[in-house]
Amino acid sequence: MTTAGTSALSTDALTAPTGPVIAIRELAFRWRADRPPVLTLDRLEIRPGERVFIEGPSGSGKTTLLGLLAGVLQVSGGTLDVLGQPLHRLGAVARDRFRADHVGYVFQLFNLIPYLSMVENVALPCRFSRRRRTRALARGNDLAAEAGRLLDHLGLSDPALRTRPVTELSVGQQQRVAAARALMGAPELLIADEPTSALDADRREAFIQLLFRECQAAGLTLIFVSHDASLEGLFDRTLRLAEINGALPPATLAWAPKPRG
Amino acid sequence: MMPILALAWKSLRNRRFTALLTILSIAFSVSLLIGVERLRGEVREGFANTISGTDLIVGARGGPVNLLLYAVFRIGNATNNISWESYQAIAALPKVAWTIPLSLGDSHRGFRVLGTTAAYFDHYRYGRGRALTLAQGQPFDDLYDAVLGSQVARTLDYRLGDAIVLAHGTGEVSFAHHADQPFRVAGILAPTGTPVDRTVHVSLAAIEAIHLGWETGAPVAGRAPDLAQRRALAARGGLTPKAITAVLVGLKSRIATFAVQRAINEYAQEPLLAVLPGVALADLWAVIGVGEQALLVVSACVVVVGLFGMLTALLTSLNERRRELAILRSVGARPAQVLALIMGEALFLTLLGILFGMALLYGLLAVAGPLIADRLGLVIGSGPVTGTEGLLLAMVLAAGVLVGLIAGYRAYRLSLADGLAIRI
Repeated sequence: MTTAGTSALSTDALTAPTGPVIAIRELAFRWRADRPPVLTLDRLEIRPGERVFIEGPSGSGKTTLLGLLAGVLQVSGGTLDVLGQPLHRLGAVARDRFRADHVGYVFQLFNLIPYLSMVENVALPCRFSRRRRTRALARGNDLAAEAGRLLDHLGLSDPALRTRPVTELSVGQQQRVAAARALMGAPELLIADEPTSALDADRREAFIQLLFRECQAAGLTLIFVSHDASLEGLFDRTLRLAEINGALPPATLAWAPKPRG
Repeated sequence: MMPILALAWKSLRNRRFTALLTILSIAFSVSLLIGVERLRGEVREGFANTISGTDLIVGARGGPVNLLLYAVFRIGNATNNISWESYQAIAALPKVAWTIPLSLGDSHRGFRVLGTTAAYFDHYRYGRGRALTLAQGQPFDDLYDAVLGSQVARTLDYRLGDAIVLAHGTGEVSFAHHADQPFRVAGILAPTGTPVDRTVHVSLAAIEAIHLGWETGAPVAGRAPDLAQRRALAARGGLTPKAITAVLVGLKSRIATFAVQRAINEYAQEPLLAVLPGVALADLWAVIGVGEQALLVVSACVVVVGLFGMLTALLTSLNERRRELAILRSVGARPAQVLALIMGEALFLTLLGILFGMALLYGLLAVAGPLIADRLGLVIGSGPVTGTEGLLLAMVLAAGVLVGLIAGYRAYRLSLADGLAIRI
């Protein structure tokens, strides 16, 4: 695979500390050109280092918004600038490249590749991004050392645990490995898609605090999505997608807040 | 690309049981395909070289293929005989170096009996000019000596010195036996992989001797001479046949082939037919060679089945691996890299399958090759891969890549549709 066409993404030009990390103007997304949009956002800005909670029931466009922010989905209208990069103008390959270099992603469940070890899972982004590889190597002697350092930070320092197949880890441990992977190579943006919904209530807050601590240490901006509104007090800001998504019909709005928890 | 291939390898190792089964199914089909191809080449070669060194085959006028069938393959019967005078005339042609008279018509327990002369052992060639060799004993000396083809001796478990009784006619079961004149096994030939293996050889005089008193087609009581009288007659040269079935002719120079052929075909005293063995063999192969093609087609189908197995395994694994693909996408893998992951896997499975298959084939040839050569006279070479085989292997590899492309394209579509949504 070539890396041609990505030279526009000069790493130094990014992360201007002054501008917003995410800037949205009249964003629209539709699955097909002849269908009405499923997501429209008039205006949204997220500042560097902000910890944003995006709350919304299923169907409110959470997954769509995350897909757009991560560069998996193509913007249908309006502008979406992430880290100063106009994602609405970038092609699919450039957006994949952008995600590899600048975005850490944590899923709700099943974050780990079963056939890779814990350390290999953490180091996975460095297989796809030279930038993150370089940045990881700038911190540790090698990728394994840097992965180990992050795992230590996330409370996974037990050597016996490290050698175990990742499929044998508890859900909480798996989520922490996933967080370490998302932090590997210091991307600027961390997107977490319901990362705590499979955890016990008392583990949830601990995990979020851990995430906060690491994000703060690395200066990351955190986008945290959940349908669990009880967590919103922990964050700097809450976005209620059901309210700001202009594509949702009013009927949906009235019905929307019901499925919680 | 390298990190993707490293991932493909690790992923495959994680599913090593299914991967091993896939590799084995490809390996078996590849060794079958290449084995059949080698056997095919050997059979074709062996067929074309059933008889060599002989410039012309002469028989009574009829079809060239029929002449070839009865004179060389001992299949079917001659429509007519050649008179001894005609044979003498052919042998006396100035450009003729040697002749082997052949007299057919009797059998022994289903195997054809061939009456001939010592010239047979001197001049008969098969393969690339290989002469007949005796595994045991020697060519016939006494009137009632017989030399057995290797398959005759092995099938009927005959040893030197055993007594055998010839039957009149060529049926497997015969009611008219030359029981009064048993033959002694004087020699057993080494395997040739040609119809010689299935032939009982006796002298021309012996054919005459056992038929004395059978002029009416069956023994006439009281008129048959006893063994001593027959031997005495043979010693006096009184057992010269009146007719023979066919003649193998060797020329002094190959350039004369067509001239001699024409001379024989235009022989005025008797309607004769002279054919070039190579031409007649090619005619016959055109008919029976279809079977050999069919064999290759069948083994190619086995390869296709093996590759379909791989396609099934890959597509089944995709459903279990959608999660894995979404994770790879989340860390920045492009859909093209997802495609490369699946294709790399298919390529790897096919390559290993081919390697295992060839190793299996060479192993089998090393173990079973000598046995096949001994039993069937077929020498299946265990030499390096030939051009045709290389082409077949390249086609298998290409088909494997195609399978990878099909499965990879499906993975590509899935990963585009799923995006970062983890579906189980």
